[in-house]
Amino acid sequence: MSKLDNMRHTLRENKLAQIILLVLFTLVTAAAVYLMERSVTAFLLLLASLLLLYYTSFTNGIKWIIALVLLLVVIPFASSGGTSYDSYMEVATQCGIYVAMALGLNIVVGFAGLLDMGFVAFFAVGAYTYGIFATDQANNFISGDLFPLSGGTFWIFILIGGFMAGIFGILLGLPVLRVKGDYLAIVTLGFGEIIRIIFNNLEKPVNITNGAMGLSSIQPPDLFGFDFTFPHQYYFIVIAILLVVIFAVRRLEHSRLGRSWKAVRENEIAAQSMGIPLIRTKLIAFAIGASFSGMMGVVFAAKQTFIDPTSFTLIESTTILVMVVLGGMGSVPGVILGASLVTILNLQVLTELTNWLNQLSMQGIIEVPNALSPSKMQRFIFGMILILVAIFRPNGLIAAKNRKIPKEVVTGGPHQHHEVPAAPISAKTSPE
Amino acid sequence: MSILKVNRLTKRFGGLTAVSGVDFEFPQGQISAVIGPNGAGKTTFFNMITGIYVPDEGQIELDGESIVNVKPDRITGKGIARTFQNIRLFGSMTVLENVQVGMHIHLKTGVIGTLLNLPRVRHEEHTSQQEAYRLLEYVGLEEWYNAEASSLSYGAQRRLEIARALAARPKVLLLDEPAAGMNPRETVDLTALIRRIQQELNISIILIEHDMKLVMELSHHILVLDHGVKIAEGDPQNIRSNPKVIEAYLGKSAVEEGVVVE
Repeated sequence: MSKLDNMRHTLRENKLAQIILLVLFTLVTAAAVYLMERSVTAFLLLLASLLLLYYTSFTNGIKWIIALVLLLVVIPFASSGGTSYDSYMEVATQCGIYVAMALGLNIVVGFAGLLDMGFVAFFAVGAYTYGIFATDQANNFISGDLFPLSGGTFWIFILIGGFMAGIFGILLGLPVLRVKGDYLAIVTLGFGEIIRIIFNNLEKPVNITNGAMGLSSIQPPDLFGFDFTFPHQYYFIVIAILLVVIFAVRRLEHSRLGRSWKAVRENEIAAQSMGIPLIRTKLIAFAIGASFSGMMGVVFAAKQTFIDPTSFTLIESTTILVMVVLGGMGSVPGVILGASLVTILNLQVLTELTNWLNQLSMQGIIEVPNALSPSKMQRFIFGMILILVAIFRPNGLIAAKNRKIPKEVVTGGPHQHHEVPAAPISAKTSPE
Repeated sequence: MSILKVNRLTKRFGGLTAVSGVDFEFPQGQISAVIGPNGAGKTTFFNMITGIYVPDEGQIELDGESIVNVKPDRITGKGIARTFQNIRLFGSMTVLENVQVGMHIHLKTGVIGTLLNLPRVRHEEHTSQQEAYRLLEYVGLEEWYNAEASSLSYGAQRRLEIARALAARPKVLLLDEPAAGMNPRETVDLTALIRRIQQELNISIILIEHDMKLVMELSHHILVLDHGVKIAEGDPQNIRSNPKVIEAYLGKSAVEEGVVVE
């Protein structure tokens, strides 16, 4: 017992021990992924090395460098060993897309405290923005036979998609932000459905979205004549956008704007009395959150090469919300973890479990009725997870933490100059 | 010289007239108090000055400029800051961040600047942290600048609200029952703090308070409300012996017995 405690203590203190452990863990899991034909467990453990990295005690800069090496070199290389390269990369890419969306929703729900239940609408706006112009669909309402636009425009469309989603965020926000709390949740839920139904029906009188048939053969991105078609190529696009999103969120979080969001979340009346314009502040949260989602929508449309309204249902919005709540509202590392876990659970664990049970029942070992197959119990499992999180980790897996500012920074070092007279008053009240 | 002037100020909630035709001039650079029994309309009066309620009738002028129908966030920009009767801190944020939020109107950083992390933005953030820390020193909370605001004791939370309001660099500071729930020791400290703010920072202070000792000790001018109507105004000496005030607080018989409000 005490030996174990000793070890834990050494590990917490000793950076060398930490790096050795991290490298060993990464090497073993990477080798396993590389050598084995297809092992979900090994791949998940390899991804878990990122989580391990998060808990080491290096400075943020070093953590980022190691994370980049893991993301850009180790994970792609290790997965390239077997025939399941693309299925691994598909999972990683989906993870990246959902992480960016969850980070966007985290601004709205986690920072600004506005419960948005129709967040997938902005993803749809991004996806359709690219989908309409990168197929011949746009010829239906713009004359001149200019479309489809070439895959080279994809890169600009990432920005346009984000921008369009941001505009929709503001358009939604203007009427909706007059209501609060539960009412806001219901209204946004309605908005999410309305957007999907509009895309489903916008084929008459002018065929803009091609209705329930969806848009197919969307142009793949192209960079100086190089076409992106495989998941392992999209992986790098997603990682690049994701890095931008993470940096943006981290900067906003501790800025004047981030503080305004949190102030509005904590107490609207006090926030307004401190000079924070409520509607404007909330609209900015909606717009920025939506634009992250819109950018990933563009990538999604290009990656799938086919989109239709069924990709943007209420369950998608709920899933993104579950990611935020599970990870920890307002906590950036928490939301990244939550989004990754839920995506992996959806794409890998549940499907693998279903396959395994199917095999067992085919061998006649056990009999699993079709209705009970794990991939059909997705909602049930989400519900269970949420209940468990609410009981055991009410603030999420990695709860939001306040940033502690070192004393030298706030006192301005040894040279103090006082604008207001600073004689501390005699007796102080100590906090409980 | 008056800094804030109200004229025939009236607010009705359905059939109830919470504030009815109140006239008053708050003098520049001094401490004024608004007192009255519970339900007299004091907080409604404050809420109209800070723009949370729009008055049904009447005028409010800050430095000669009308602030009726101006949104609360804009009124803060014009120079009125306040604290709340039921403490309204940003509980899960740090003590320092709470004060930084108070500086909102004096900071210029926008979205683009933040995303690009410009040197100007970093500088502004850094100076605002230092200024917030100095304000915490001023109210005696600097030790807990990294603590979560909700973890502070009641008295400390009230002082943090004052620091947050001061961060907006107001001309007029409205304190809504600053001593409510404080023990006698804390009240003495608070009295000293309020006097220092008035004297050192040249801020006009208007306070609502039930602690008569604090009111009589601090205020230069007192406005007494009862059932939304102004029943008296004047300096503490006058108010203390005013029969109408004694009646409102203690009932008719007290007037006959010659009691003084204490």
